[in-house]
Amino acid sequence: MKSQKGHYMMRLSGVVMMVALLSGCNIDVFDPAGPVAESQRNLIVYSLFFVGAIILVVYSIFTVFVIKYRANRKNRKESDYKPEMHGNYIIEAIWVAVPVLIVIALSIPTVRLIFQLEEPPVSSQGEEPLVVYATSADWKWFFSYPEEDIETVNHLYIPTDRGIEFRLASAESMSSLWIPQLGGQKYAMAGMENTLFLQADEEGTYLGRNANFTGEGFAAQTFHVNAVSDDEYNQWVDNVSENEPELTQERYDELLAPGLVDQMTFSSTHLDYADHGSNEDRDYSVERHGDKYDEQLDLYNTPGWNPNEIPE
Amino acid sequence: MSENVHNNVPLEYSTDEGQNSIIGFWIFLAAEISLFATLFATYAVLFSRTADAMEPAELFQPGIVLVMTVLLLTSSFTCGLAIHFMRQGSLKGTQILLGITLLLGMTFIGFEIYEFIHYVSEGVTLQSSAYWSAFYILAGTHGIHVMVGIGWMIGIIIQLFQHGLTAFTARKVFIVGLYWHFLDVIWIFIFTGVYLIGMVV
Amino acid sequence: MQLDEFFVTGEPLIYIGMAAIVLVSGTILFVLTYFKKWKWLWAEWLTTVDHKKIGVMYILLSLAMMFRAGVDAMMMRLQLAFPDMNFLNSQHYSEVFTTHGTIMILFVAMPFLIGLMNYVVPLQIGARDFAFPFVNALSFWSTFFGAMLFNISFVIGGAPDAGWTNYAPLAGSELSPGPGINYYLLGLQLSGIGTLATGINLMVTILRMRAPGMSLFKMPIFTWSTLITSFIIIFAFPILTVALALMTIDRIFGSHIFTLTGEGLPMMWANLFWMWGHPEVYIVILPAFGIFSEIISAFAQKQLFGYKTMVWAIILIAGLSFVVWVHHFFTMGAGAFVNSIFSITTMAIAIPTGVKIFNWLATIYKSKIIFGTPMMWSLAFIPSFTIGGVTGVMLGMAAADYQFHNSYFLVSHFHYVLIPGTIFACFAGLIYWFPKMFGFQLNRKLNIWAFWLFLIGFHVTFFPQYFLGLDGMARRLFTIGPEWFTLNFISTAGAFVMGAGFAVFVYCIVYSYFKSTRDLPGDVWGVGRTLEWATPTPVPKYNFATLPDVKSHDALIDMKEDGETTFDEDKLESIHMPNYTGQPFIMTAIMFFASFFLVFEWITLASIGLIGIIVMMYVRSFDYDGGYHIGVDEISKIENSLRGHDNE
Repeated sequence: MKSQKGHYMMRLSGVVMMVALLSGCNIDVFDPAGPVAESQRNLIVYSLFFVGAIILVVYSIFTVFVIKYRANRKNRKESDYKPEMHGNYIIEAIWVAVPVLIVIALSIPTVRLIFQLEEPPVSSQGEEPLVVYATSADWKWFFSYPEEDIETVNHLYIPTDRGIEFRLASAESMSSLWIPQLGGQKYAMAGMENTLFLQADEEGTYLGRNANFTGEGFAAQTFHVNAVSDDEYNQWVDNVSENEPELTQERYDELLAPGLVDQMTFSSTHLDYADHGSNEDRDYSVERHGDKYDEQLDLYNTPGWNPNEIPE
Repeated sequence: MSENVHNNVPLEYSTDEGQNSIIGFWIFLAAEISLFATLFATYAVLFSRTADAMEPAELFQPGIVLVMTVLLLTSSFTCGLAIHFMRQGSLKGTQILLGITLLLGMTFIGFEIYEFIHYVSEGVTLQSSAYWSAFYILAGTHGIHVMVGIGWMIGIIIQLFQHGLTAFTARKVFIVGLYWHFLDVIWIFIFTGVYLIGMVV
Repeated sequence: MQLDEFFVTGEPLIYIGMAAIVLVSGTILFVLTYFKKWKWLWAEWLTTVDHKKIGVMYILLSLAMMFRAGVDAMMMRLQLAFPDMNFLNSQHYSEVFTTHGTIMILFVAMPFLIGLMNYVVPLQIGARDFAFPFVNALSFWSTFFGAMLFNISFVIGGAPDAGWTNYAPLAGSELSPGPGINYYLLGLQLSGIGTLATGINLMVTILRMRAPGMSLFKMPIFTWSTLITSFIIIFAFPILTVALALMTIDRIFGSHIFTLTGEGLPMMWANLFWMWGHPEVYIVILPAFGIFSEIISAFAQKQLFGYKTMVWAIILIAGLSFVVWVHHFFTMGAGAFVNSIFSITTMAIAIPTGVKIFNWLATIYKSKIIFGTPMMWSLAFIPSFTIGGVTGVMLGMAAADYQFHNSYFLVSHFHYVLIPGTIFACFAGLIYWFPKMFGFQLNRKLNIWAFWLFLIGFHVTFFPQYFLGLDGMARRLFTIGPEWFTLNFISTAGAFVMGAGFAVFVYCIVYSYFKSTRDLPGDVWGVGRTLEWATPTPVPKYNFATLPDVKSHDALIDMKEDGETTFDEDKLESIHMPNYTGQPFIMTAIMFFASFFLVFEWITLASIGLIGIIVMMYVRSFDYDGGYHIGVDEISKIENSLRGHDNE
């Protein structure tokens, strides 16, 4: 039953995809690369049927009435005008009931998915999710792999077919981690740790960003997610552990200062000296860099600078 | 803006203008409730977020707050008596009782200022922590309201000397009375919600 | 402080802005002086307490602000037209979208609707003025000065740049130093006082000053929506007042409510902001619903279908508006349970809203639709708003919202509700009541041009944005990726068509001022159903010479049947009127300067301003001006001269 339903959904979303392709663009949210984004896509498509039906009904009635009851229409009949009509409880009850039913129909799968998204994806339940601390700072992302003792800046590597448990925090402003093709976003805040489960089933490079405005460098705060096979991922881990430098606190503090930085990789994490999601370290960055916001980045959209680009 | 005169009602209700103003003031108090509710909510959320500053239990003194409470409650009572005298047509009685209310209110403010100075001298200020910011702002907003009430009442007592008891001045006395009772109610919440709970927890 | 720190320097666009300000103010000053109009301005407008003049001033303020924030919108769309566009840099773009949003909500939508309420509500309920005309003037001037304070920010000191939501800790003193955010906080505070006072004023007016016989359920629907709106204002605005005050204290006096240091809680700002902000959305949409209901029923020449259901729908929406605020940040991590609850409450709002849509459709069923220009705007509202409404339900589904949030899908949604809802209602209402206000009609042809340009431009601008959002384009980005180019370009083109529509509308007003005929009957459109159309045009300063007994919510229809007018010589009595006074203007002007000093944290000067405000309050309290009376003879004279053409 379930797979049948899923199949049905796939076909429907295929129609939506067709429309998207016809209009000449590949729409990220309708082009999921993992189970989380897929479940959200399916919910959206499900809701679009109701939305479409409502619009169809309202537009049809509207068009007919506006044409039929205009005052200057020829062939108007006497019976086409009933100025004293003021209400009808039965009819009104019907159009109270129908929206109620629609809301119920939309609520049930919504609530179910809300709860489901708080857990690791079902399809990779056999395996412990990979824990990645994602820390937003003005205006870059740090990704710490505590198990592997690796830290990356503005990019990350993840194995496919395995749940990723992001532990979100921000060094200062509230930001939001969003990788549209892998799933919906969640806020990263200082002094409060949020958890977000995502998963990639298809290998590839995806664009992730901070979706919540955080000031001048906001548009530049993007990153690349490299979803690779398990083997490739393990190779990458070994490679980083052997060849990349350690991330000292001094270096970390430097990188933390407001500004833009390139993609980087280190063979140790910052979690030992700063856990921005904890109550003690909520002001770690502000204490060190709070006086640096007087100066502006003067960020212009210079030619060749494209924070929204994904490398092929 | 018709000028209907209503009989068989107290003086302050005897004109449309008076009735409108009193209803308007009640609605204003509803807005004030929303304002203080927001402040109380803020305070509750920030409770225990004292950072490195002292805990409220170490600092709050039951004695002084109790005295303040008695002062304000008594002033609310005398304010009610002022309205009572006004209803009986006694200008002098109204003025004297408003005067007593005023004195009690001023003493209350004096104690509050002393209290704040004491806390600051102990090293706890508005800038100490989220909790103390919320405390000073909540109690301070109430304090500022009381000061506004005092200034307002002084003006009205002077106007009573100038014009005696008319529908217009009676309405003003009645409204400042409503305001004063309202501040008393808010204080009860501050006394229990802030001081008593702060001393226990 | 150096002068070059005081004025914003280095941006050519801002120099253009400065030049424009100097030029426009210079022209105004010159015209006033040349035509010797200073005294007229003071005596007729700045000191007025007449609800009709105050209403007109609100609308003028709103149109001026719509121009300013519209220019902001154009600038943003221009920057986003091409992937390599370098018209605005990041900082400037942030300032522009912040002021665009803030001004559109607080200084366009609200003053426009409050202006219409000011003008129309007393006329609809048969009142001679507001319950508190003095307070009404005070409200307007504090809104006006709040708007001015907010607007001078971009030339003096720097504009706010943390978004109209002004989230902490970004907007705190560490991450956003300088006066910009202070302008936001104090500008909104100043105008917020005015809005709250208006809410109280309207509520007392509606509750206490209705014509004889007009029970609550015989009130016109616009009055109903105003009453409910003022209820929302009274409970929601104090929350904003507190939130703004707390952040002001944080920024200027170093407290730790929303800071990262001292264990403050930045998340609380988002909560407080939206506990006000969501009801605020309904403050600007419910009156719009009221306006549409009036116009649709009038031009369909038919009773509003399901009047009582409509009223209860408004009440229900108002109630629900206080329990949905979390849907603005489903992604904050409040937990599955909380998100589920707020998802359901949010979607529940669609129920009464849907009922309203169907009732409007039922109103045009078996009707005789006359396509007056106000009706065109109102009819266009129904299909356009429906799209905004259903996408609102989609956003309410929290699990899906994780993908929509902070994207252009959201941007498109709220423009789809606020423009067809509020802005169309403002245009429709203004055109509808315009002849009452000014005594002449707006040119139909130009109006139709403005309508189609604006409507088509609107859809072309915002419909593509749904897809941009689904394609991962976050809001507030100052640069676009190449894959988003096509849709963005279309959107920008649409924005300029909309802009052209607005320009034609303004031109239409000017054109009609010179070309339209005066001498209009009381029921200008010939389809009026409510009391405001019973008054002569233009409306005399006391509004109603005498009041009829109201029997239903279509009071004028009954009056026409019974042959009644609002001028019954037998019932004439002298009318008491309040005197004009300059106190509201002076008091709020002092508030303006005090707030301005506080923006720059000049505490001494601000304190002097505070003393000025206290002095003005005493002046008011000791003012025993009782107003004046208009005698029966004078009323007769005015009414006979105004109604002359009605009898022809």
